[in-house]
Amino acid sequence: MEEKDVLTALDGAFPGDILESGTSLGDPVVRIRPSALAAVAAFLKTEPWTFTMLLDATCVDYPDRPERFEMVYHFFSLARNRRIRIKASLPATAPEIGSLSALWKNADWLEREIFDMFGVRFAGHPDLRRLLMYDGFEGHPLRKDYPLRMRQPLFKKREAS
Amino acid sequence: MTSAFSAAARPESLLINMGPSHPAMHGTIRILLELDGERILDADTEIGYLHRGFEKTCENRTWWNLLIYTDRLNYVSPLINNLGYAMAVEKLCGLAVPERAQWIRILMSELSRISDHLTCIAAMAMETGAFTAFLYNMKAREYLWDVIEQTTGARMTTSYIRIGGVRADLHRDYEAAVRKGIEETRKVIKDVRGLLDKNPIFLGRTRDIAVMPRDEAVSFGWTGPALRSTGIAYDVRKAQPYLTYDRVAFEIPTGDRGDNLDRYLVRMAEMEQSLRILEQCLPRLRRETTLSAGPTPPPLDPVEAIKAGRTSPPRSPVRLSPNLEGAESAVLPEIQTSDRLYAPPAKEAAYGTIEGLIGHFQYFMKGHGLRPPAGEAYAAVEGGNGELGFYIVSDGTDRPYRLHLRAPCLHVVSALAGLIKGRLLADIIPTFGSMNMIGGELDR
Amino acid sequence: MPGNFITTRFDAMLSWGRKFSLFHYPYVTACCGMEYMSTACAHYDIDRFGAGMTRFSPRQSDMLLVVGTITQKLAPVLKTVYDQMTEPKWVIAFGACTVSGGIYDNYAVVQGIDEIIPVDIYIPGCPPRPETVLDGLLKLQEKIKAQGQDWRWKKKTS
Repeated sequence: MEEKDVLTALDGAFPGDILESGTSLGDPVVRIRPSALAAVAAFLKTEPWTFTMLLDATCVDYPDRPERFEMVYHFFSLARNRRIRIKASLPATAPEIGSLSALWKNADWLEREIFDMFGVRFAGHPDLRRLLMYDGFEGHPLRKDYPLRMRQPLFKKREAS
Repeated sequence: MTSAFSAAARPESLLINMGPSHPAMHGTIRILLELDGERILDADTEIGYLHRGFEKTCENRTWWNLLIYTDRLNYVSPLINNLGYAMAVEKLCGLAVPERAQWIRILMSELSRISDHLTCIAAMAMETGAFTAFLYNMKAREYLWDVIEQTTGARMTTSYIRIGGVRADLHRDYEAAVRKGIEETRKVIKDVRGLLDKNPIFLGRTRDIAVMPRDEAVSFGWTGPALRSTGIAYDVRKAQPYLTYDRVAFEIPTGDRGDNLDRYLVRMAEMEQSLRILEQCLPRLRRETTLSAGPTPPPLDPVEAIKAGRTSPPRSPVRLSPNLEGAESAVLPEIQTSDRLYAPPAKEAAYGTIEGLIGHFQYFMKGHGLRPPAGEAYAAVEGGNGELGFYIVSDGTDRPYRLHLRAPCLHVVSALAGLIKGRLLADIIPTFGSMNMIGGELDR
Repeated sequence: MPGNFITTRFDAMLSWGRKFSLFHYPYVTACCGMEYMSTACAHYDIDRFGAGMTRFSPRQSDMLLVVGTITQKLAPVLKTVYDQMTEPKWVIAFGACTVSGGIYDNYAVVQGIDEIIPVDIYIPGCPPRPETVLDGLLKLQEKIKAQGQDWRWKKKTS
C-alpha cells in the first residue's frame, strides 16, 4: 500500500544507504546510514511524500552493541496523514550525525536535548548546548552507564537543625 | 550559556531575566531578554527547571508501576497521559480493550481536556489582569474534578486509566455529576466569553500579537490548538481515531490568523466540542437495571474467605474493601482486558482461591508480570496541547528499555523566542499564556 | 528582658496580627500548583484564613509557599528567593516533592527542600487535597502563635 510505496521509493533513491526497511505495528520503519540522514529527510519532505513535520527525534542507548546509539526520527505528513520512522545507528566513541535544523525549526531544541541526555553531537547545529540540565553538569544522564541517583548539587547541603 | 547571550548583546541594551520564579512563567521557565526600553531586541528561552528525570526513572520501574509518573507529565490533564501510555503498551502487546472501558476512557479524556483548556485560559486571562475569568474557570474545574474524584478516588493524579482498561467502573451516581459539570462549564464559558471576547483591553493584548504563519508552525512541529489556530485542522482524534472517537460527532475548530486571540478562541470552541462529546458518551454508558438472580448468600470478610477457601472454593461472595468499589469480578470483564498475561486477576479470586493468589503474585512480582514482547511502538493521542506520543522500546523484561515522550508543548515553546522578538515586554505574557506550557510535559 | 504581662500581651497581639495576615509567595513549579490554585480560589478559599494575599515579590511576602518539585537546577534560585525575604518569614513545604523528593529519587531532584532552606510546616500529599493545605496553614498559624515574636528592638526567641 502507501507504506510500501514510500519504502520502495526510498530504496530506489538511496541504493547504498538503506540498511533495512519494513513496517512495525503499522508504521513504516527504515534504518539508514547516518551520513544519509539529511538527504533522506529532504527527500521525504518534498512531493509526493510531503513528510513536512518532524514529529520527534530521540535516541536509544544500547551499550552492548558496537553501534551504541540509535537515533530515531519520526516524520509526519499532514497532507497524507502518514507517519514514518527513520533510524540511524552511531558508534560509541564520538557519536555525531548531521543536524536537521536547516530543514525543520524544532530540530534545534530536539537535538539539544539529545546532546544533553546522550552526548550525541550534531554537525551544523547553530548552537549546540545543554537544554534540560544545567551548566556544570557532567555526564549525560540518559546513558545506561550514568547511575540514576548520581546527583551533582549546585548548593551546599544545609545542616539539619 | 548566559555568557554567550550577554556577549552577543548590544552594549546599550538592558539584559534582564524573566523567571524562573515568576507568576506568569507558570513557575519554571526562564526567558533571558535583551531590552531597549520595553522593546525586546533578543530573547532566549531556558527550560529544564522542572526536569525530573521521567525517562530515566521509567527505565527503572516496572511497566505497571511507572503509570504514576505519567500522571505528573501534563498535570492539568493527567488522564490523557495515562491513556497515551496505556495505548502504547497495548499497541505493543496487541491487547484488546473492552468497549465499556473505551467509552469510560473517552469520558475521562474529555473531562481532562476541558480542565486543561479551562486552566490555560484562566491563567492567560489572569496574567493579563482579568482575575475574574480565573476564578470562574476554577469553579467550573472543581465540578469536573468532582466527577473524576467520585469514580477514581483522586482529583488530579489518578492513575486510573491502566494498561488493558481502566481501574474501576464508573460510580453509580456519575451521570448526575457529569450533567452538573457540563451545566456549570457551559455557564462559565458563556460568562468568560462575555467578559473577554469583545473586551478592547483583551483584544488589544491578543489580536495580531505573536502571529505564527502556517508553514512555520508546521516547521516548528506545532500540533494541537496552537496549530489549529493557524488554520490547519489536524487533530489526532479525527486523523487517526483511537478508542471510539469515530463513533462520536464533534468538530475541529480552527482559527485563521494564528495570533494569541485565535489560540484563545480555538480553546474556547474546543471546550464546547468536548462538552458535546461528553453528552454523547452518557447514553452509551448507561446501564439497564440488572435483575437480581435470586437471593445471594451474605458476603464473607476476606480473612474468612481465605480460611474457607483452603478446603474448597468459597460459595459466598467476598466482601471487598470500599476502595475496590467498581472493580468487582462481575464488572471486571467490561473494564479490563481479558488477556490474563497483561491484567491482574480479580480480587475475589485472589482472596478466595489459591490459583487466584498465585496469579496475583505472579502479576506483581518483580521480574514477572506484565512483560510485553521485545520490540518498539509509538502511539499518539490528542493531548490538551497537541499530539502526545509515547515511544516505547521493550526488551521483553518487566521494565521498559526506553520510554520517550513526544511532548507537544516542547515544540510550541521552542517558537517563543522567535515570536516575541521585536515586540514589547508586555506581549510576552499573553503569548506565553496562550501556548499553555506545562512544565511537567516540557521538561519531563 | 524576661517575659511579663505586658510583653506577653504584646507578643500575643503581634502573633495575632502576623498569623492572620500572611502574605505568601507561591513558589509554584509543578502539579501541586493545580491544587494550590484550587485552594486559593472560590471553592476552598484560602482568603478566609487571612492568607489570600499573593505577593510575587520576596520583599513583600512573609511566607514562602514552595509548591511542587524543586530540581537541582532550580535550587540556587530557591535559596536566593528565600534569602531575599525579610524577617519574620516562614516556609511551608507543599507536596511530597518538597518534603522529601516525593516519587522522584534521581539525579535531577532535590530530596526535600530542607536540604536548602529551613522549613516550618510540611504538607504531605501528591498533591495534597485543598483541605490538607488549609490544615497545614492552620498549623502554621498555631506555630506562629506559639513562637516568640521578634520586635524591632528585640531578637526573636524560639
